[in-house]
Parts: sequence; structure tokens; C-alpha cells
Amino acid sequence: MTWDWGVFFEVIPLIFKGLWITIGLTIACYLFAMIFGFFWVFVARIPSKTISWIFRWIAEFIRSTPPLVQLFFIFYAWPMVPVVGVTLNPFVAAILGLGLHFSTYLSEVYRSGIESVDKGQWEASTALNLSTKQKWLKIILPQAIPPTIPMLGNYLIIMFKEVPLASTIGVVAMLHMANDYGAQHWKYVEPLTVVALFFLLLSYPSALLISKLEKKYNRRFDKKTISTL
Amino acid sequence: MNSIMDISLLLLKGIKITLIVLAVSIVISTLIAFVAGLSRVSSNVLLNKFTGVYVEIFRGTSLIIQLFWFSYALPGLFNIHLGSDIWTAVIAISLNYGAYMSEIVRSSILSVSHGQTEASVALNLTKFQRMRHIIIPQAIRMMLPEYGNYLIQILKATSLVSLIGLTDLLYYGNIYRSTHLSEAPTVYMLILVFYFVLALPLIAFTRKMEVFSKKGVAQE
Repeated sequence: MTWDWGVFFEVIPLIFKGLWITIGLTIACYLFAMIFGFFWVFVARIPSKTISWIFRWIAEFIRSTPPLVQLFFIFYAWPMVPVVGVTLNPFVAAILGLGLHFSTYLSEVYRSGIESVDKGQWEASTALNLSTKQKWLKIILPQAIPPTIPMLGNYLIIMFKEVPLASTIGVVAMLHMANDYGAQHWKYVEPLTVVALFFLLLSYPSALLISKLEKKYNRRFDKKTISTL
Repeated sequence: MNSIMDISLLLLKGIKITLIVLAVSIVISTLIAFVAGLSRVSSNVLLNKFTGVYVEIFRGTSLIIQLFWFSYALPGLFNIHLGSDIWTAVIAISLNYGAYMSEIVRSSILSVSHGQTEASVALNLTKFQRMRHIIIPQAIRMMLPEYGNYLIQILKATSLVSLIGLTDLLYYGNIYRSTHLSEAPTVYMLILVFYFVLALPLIAFTRKMEVFSKKGVAQE
């Protein structure tokens, strides 16, 4: 088997079609993870020590076990679970599986953002007699989330690179198309190289952009500026 | 209850491969991380740039693609036959995580306080002595918590090797499920628990290192 440029150029338009599915799936998984990430932050703040302890270990369990097995669990095992089990299509299973896995990471990002808000801000909200809702929406979160944007961006890139896992449960995106082409023509290396190039072309510039953002935010959200805002 | 025992015994057969791939990958990726990380802070432009390209290529594409690529390209394109798929898996995982971890090596070395370098120059230490006795011992402490995190990532990554046909934990689970479809929830839950039990020592290590890393490092 030798490298074949003909095959290489032939598969580019084919794989390009899959690129949009990969990007779409990345965004869907990420939105789910962002929303669900708040759930972990919320349950960690439940006053009952036992309940927050249980949820902390559930999050730890999800974070430190392989996302691939979690995908298999949701896709193959969930339909077999009595009462609540339903059959999911591969897309939904991928969004739930990868979204859940990454929500445990994002919750840590949120937590670090919330902890970095100056203590005086909490005290001031209490002194001004703000309701819990006002305190969180108007005072804490607007200061906690923006400094974490570069970190959130990093996780978006990591998520983008984890999405090909979904091809194992039958989501037809870039990697699946490459493997299909390989099976039909017995040419795997060229389509896989094209997939790798597409990933590199998207993730490298995004990573550069994020490190730029990071520098900018570090200047803007210096500890001192936040407390004197 | 009986089926839980049956499945666990079957999964235990696969744990050997998982542990071998994990242990060998950890050793090789740590070596790569140090070599690449040190090259990234070296003043040799060629070495520096070359390593930079390696790091960006492996960080910019995903492990699952690298794994497939190596398993087809090594025998096909380069005519390299490693004898077993274990080596393909180890090479892909090590190159991938070596690239990620070289970034912690690099950033830890750069974050050692500049006063330490100045002091070593003042004490007339050679460049090698400075690295060996002053910078690296402090940098290693700073690396440890994130290193622990990457060990957990490598453990999770070993689940991918079943995709190229290695008979690991997940492989035996998939085999069992294909004949006992209705027991899928038990199978995959047990696999997750197995991985979690393997991860527990690594989690404990990471937490310990978070405290340890702050000791013995010069503060600004």
C-alpha cells in the first residue's frame, strides 16, 4: 500500500460534508454541558452535607471514567433499563453522553469563577438586602463568568476533539465517513489524514485565539479591578 | 447477583491489557513530555520549532483519529510491523499525551521564579547545574497536580484501544453484551465501576500533590 494523492484529493469534498455535522454536534454537546454544568454547581451548594457529598462523588465518577464507555452505556444499555429506559438515536445519545461528561468539567470552571468573586461583593449584596435571585444574577455571576471565558473556550476545543468518539455509536460525521470510505476502497490512511488535517485546521487557530483572549482577560479582570468595580 | 459475578470474572480477564497499556503509556509519555518540554525551552531554534510542530499536531487532532491512523499507516504506509496492536496503542497514546504533558513541563519551568536563575548565575553554576539542581526540582513539584490529572486522562484513553482490537476491559464487556443484550446496563455499569476503582488511587495522588506542590518552591 502506498500513499495515493488521487484518493487524498477525492475524499476532501466528501469529508468536508461531515465537517459541518461534527461542528454542529460539538455545539449541541457544548450547550448541553454548559447548562448542565450549573446543575453541579447548584447541588454542591445544597446546605445538607450528605446530599452535596453524594453529588460530588457522582460528578467525580462521571469525570474519571471513560466517555467512550459512558456513550455505550447511554446508547446500548439505557434502552434496557426498566421503566425509564428509552431508545435514543445516536445523535441524542452523543449529546447526552458527551454533554454529561463535560458538564462535570465545566462545573469546576464555574466554581473557580464563583470562588474568585471578592468576599466583599457577597457581603455588600446582603447589606443591600438583595434577594437570592438578584444577588446571583446581578452581582455574582456577571463577575464570575467573564473571567472564565478563555477556560470555557479551551474546553470547547477539547470537546471538538472528543466528538469523533460518537462515530462508535453510529453518528455519521467526519471519522465515520473516513472509515466508511476506507472499508469500501480499502484505503484508510488518506481519508484519516484528511480528517486529521481538518481537525488541525480548526483547532489550532482557535487555540491561538484563546491564548490571546486569555492574555487580554488577565489584564482586564485583575483581582484588584474586580473588587473596585 | 450471579450475573454480576460472571461479568466481573470476565472483565478481570481484560484488566490485564488495560493495566499494561496504562503503565507503559505513562512511562513513555512522561519521557516524551520531559524531552519535548525541555526542547521547548531550549535556545536551539531548530529543536524548539521542530518540537513545537510535533506538539501542535498531536494536540490539534484527536486521539481516536491518531489511533486509527497509526493502526493503518504503520503497517501499510511505512511497512512497520510491531508484532502486536499493544505497541500501536501505546505509541498513539504516548505521543498524544506526551505532547499535552510537555506543555506542563514547559510552563512549570518557565514559572520558576526568575530570582532563582539569577541566584544560580551569581553562584557561578553551569547551565546544566542550574537546570539539574535549581530549576527542575522546583518545576517538578509544580507539575505534579496537573500530572496526576493527566494520569486519569490516560486511564480514560486506554478504553479506546478496544476499537483497534485489543482485548481490554471494554472489549470483554462488549463481547458479553453481544450475547446477553438485556444485561447491557449491568455490563456497562460494572465496566464504569472497574475504571473508577482504577482511577481512585490516581485521584488520591492528585489531591495529595495539590498540597505537596506548594512546599519547597521559591515564592516571588
